[in-house]
Parts: sequence; structure tokens; C-alpha cells
Amino acid sequence: MELNLAAIIFVAILANNILLHQFLGVCPYMGVTKRIETSVGMGMAVIFVMTIAAIITWVIYNFLLVPFDLGYLRTIAFILVISSLVQLVEIVLKKTNPTLFRALGIYLPLMTTNCAILGVAILNVQMDHNIIQTIVYGIAAAIGFTIALVIMAGIRERLDLVNMSSMLQGAGVTLITAGLISMAFMGFSGIMTL
Amino acid sequence: MDFIQSLALVGGLGLIFGGLLAFAARRFAVEEDARVETICDLLPNANCGACGFPGCISFAEKVVSGEASVDSCIPGGKETTDNVCEVLGVESTGVDDKKVAEVYCLGTKDVAHDKFEYQGVQECKAALAFGGGFKACSYGCLGLGDCVRVCPFDAIYMADNGLPVVDLELCTGCGNCVKACPRDLIRIVDAERIGKYVPCSSKDRGKATREACEVGCIGDGKCAKVCPQEAITVENWLATIDSEKCDDCGECVPACKREIIKDVPKVTVHH
Repeated sequence: MELNLAAIIFVAILANNILLHQFLGVCPYMGVTKRIETSVGMGMAVIFVMTIAAIITWVIYNFLLVPFDLGYLRTIAFILVISSLVQLVEIVLKKTNPTLFRALGIYLPLMTTNCAILGVAILNVQMDHNIIQTIVYGIAAAIGFTIALVIMAGIRERLDLVNMSSMLQGAGVTLITAGLISMAFMGFSGIMTL
Repeated sequence: MDFIQSLALVGGLGLIFGGLLAFAARRFAVEEDARVETICDLLPNANCGACGFPGCISFAEKVVSGEASVDSCIPGGKETTDNVCEVLGVESTGVDDKKVAEVYCLGTKDVAHDKFEYQGVQECKAALAFGGGFKACSYGCLGLGDCVRVCPFDAIYMADNGLPVVDLELCTGCGNCVKACPRDLIRIVDAERIGKYVPCSSKDRGKATREACEVGCIGDGKCAKVCPQEAITVENWLATIDSEKCDDCGECVPACKREIIKDVPKVTVHH
């Protein structure tokens, strides 16, 4: 059991990184990675939302959809859960932590349609995780997401200072960097994969 | 039966979450200052950024919180400042000094020569990056309309002769075109000033200017010599008229063999 959890953590963070291996949630990967600070903020928000979303979707799937034999409705039900959850987080955050709310800006509402969160919820169901595994997988996938964001932001901060051909500046070099990071992470899947 | 079950389930979930959100919205409601919206409605809402904030709504927030000064809205002018002050209940400090943009180039297509034919992206910035621009004059207007595209008030348009024209009635002096012009040919000036000006920016030597453009200032200094007010200075082969000193006597106009000393454009200011 313990080994199993360790394997889940390793696979979710490194080998099958939700962003770099499964290419889910690429919008914030390009959008908030201009500075390390914002990417860490976004990462924390994703960790928070993804963990809660994983738990709630697991509960709804196993105690509502399965008993009524309505497993095929999971996509729409999960979308409903996630979009309400993000709005709830937004409302609460606006009241309790306006600074973080402002820092996250447009990216918090964008999380409503962040496929990484829906992806994790559905992967949990597909892989028949129990509640503990679900929580661990949710947190680990989000940490993997954050690591990918921070690596990207760190590289982009340095790229800003580099003298490079105007043809490559901006989106061009960002996409090339994303591809290279992704390829580097592919190396981990030689150790273990799902 | 499946149909009813799935309908009930999804509908029920929606209902529960909706109720939860409604409750949360009340429980965690954030009280926003109503004055922000009132002030935002009074602003021109062109989101031009002349005040230094990213848009009218941010300016309204900052002015309510006291971080922005009430007279920062340049396009709105005195009228807007007065309105904002009324909402905030402070004494108005607005002064009526309408500013407008003015283009400092006379090089229309037929008098300013081209170095080569340019067929690239139709933007001044792009054209400038290609061989330093296609105009023989390295200071002249490229006429591809970067300034026209950034104007939030549609106050500047490209004339058929290839030079931008500022509609002084519509211009608010927000300065977006100044930032957009890669050759720095547009300046923000006092709308009510009088006198003459030299609409040229060429700092090339007289000979080079003469070869590049038929109406460029060659900086021979003849206008400066005849000016009784000593308002004209020639620096870098370019004559500049100090509008503070100029009394619009017109002595310089015939002195200029290239006939490029013009009256400053007049605008009727609505008080």
C-alpha cells in the first residue's frame, strides 16, 4: 500500500506529469509563466482546487453515480462540480484574501475550464483509485503541474535577459522551450509509468 | 427510467451547487465602494491609459482610494475633473488646458523621396526594422498609420498624401499616438497656443535633407535672423520656434525659402 502511494506520487509528479506528459492545462502553462511569483501563485491555487475537486468528484462518482448505474454521466457531473467549486473558491478568496485574488486575476476563473482538473478527476475514476489514492494523486498531479510552471517561469525569466533573434522572441522561443522541457521529462517514463 | 434518473441527478446537482453558490455569495459578499462605478460612468471610458492606469475602471478605483489625483484624466479635461470632484465631494482643481497632438513632418508622398519600394507588413514599426525604413529621410513619417490604429478617439486619420492628420476637435491629447510613432514625430501641445511652427523633425545636414525631401528644414538659420522676438533656435540643422516667445508677427514666413513655417493649427475649444 505504501509502495503503491509512493509510486503514484512519483508517476504523477515526474513520469506522467499532467502538463508535460499528458498535455492537460496548457493555457496557464503559457499564460502565467512570465514570472516565478505568479506561477507559484497559480500552482498553489491549482493544488488547492485540484485536491478538493478530486475528493468531491470521487465522492460523487462512488456514492451517486455508481449506485444509480449512471457512470456515463461522469463528465458532465464533474464539469458541474468543478465549475461551481472554482466559483466558490473565487467568492471565498475575494473576501478572505484580496491580494491573492488579485494576483491570480483572470486565471482563477480560467480554472473553471482547466482540463487538468477535469483530467485528474476522470483519471482517478479510470484507475479505480480509493479515496486515499485519490487525494494523493490529486495533490501529486497538482505539484507536478506547479513544478512544470515554475521551471518554465524560471527559464522564461532568464530568456528575457538574453539577446536573441527577434524572430524567436516571445511565443516562438516559449513553445520551443516547452517542447524541450517536455522531452526532458519523457526520460522519467523509462523508470516507471502508469 | 434511465432518462428520468439522469435528469434528476444532474438537475439535482445543479440545484444544490447553485444554492451553495448563492449562499456563499451572500455570506462572503464584498462591499464595493459605490462611488467607483459612479465615477467610472463619468469617465470617457475609452480606456486610453493616459492617466497611467490600465483602464478607466482602475483609475476610478485609484481615485476613490486616493492614490490617483482627481485631474489625471487627460481626455476628460476639466469637465470630467469637475464631475469626479463632485462625486468625491472635494474642491475642483481642474484647469482648462486642452492638449492636442501635432504631427511634425511635412513629407507627403510626392515631396519626400523613397529609398526603395517596401512591400512588407504595413506597419511603421515593421517598415522601420527593414533597412531603417523606406524613406530617404531617416526622420520622416512612414505613413503606414501606427498612430491611427492606436487612437481610441478616432481623432487621427491617414490623408491620401501619406501623412496623418489630427482632427483637433476629437483629439483629447491622451498621447497614445506619441507612444506609437516609432520615429517620434508626434508631440502633445497646448491647444490654445498661437504663432508659427516648423513641422519638420529632420536633424540631417542641410544637403542631406535637401536630397531626401523637398520640404525638409535645412537649418540655414535665415528665419532665426529675422525673428524680432528671438524665438527661433536652430539646432542640429532644425529650426524650432518657442511658442512662449512667438507673437505670431510672421516675419519669418517670407524668410524661409522652403516655405515650411506654418501657422499652428487652430482649434475651437468648447468652454
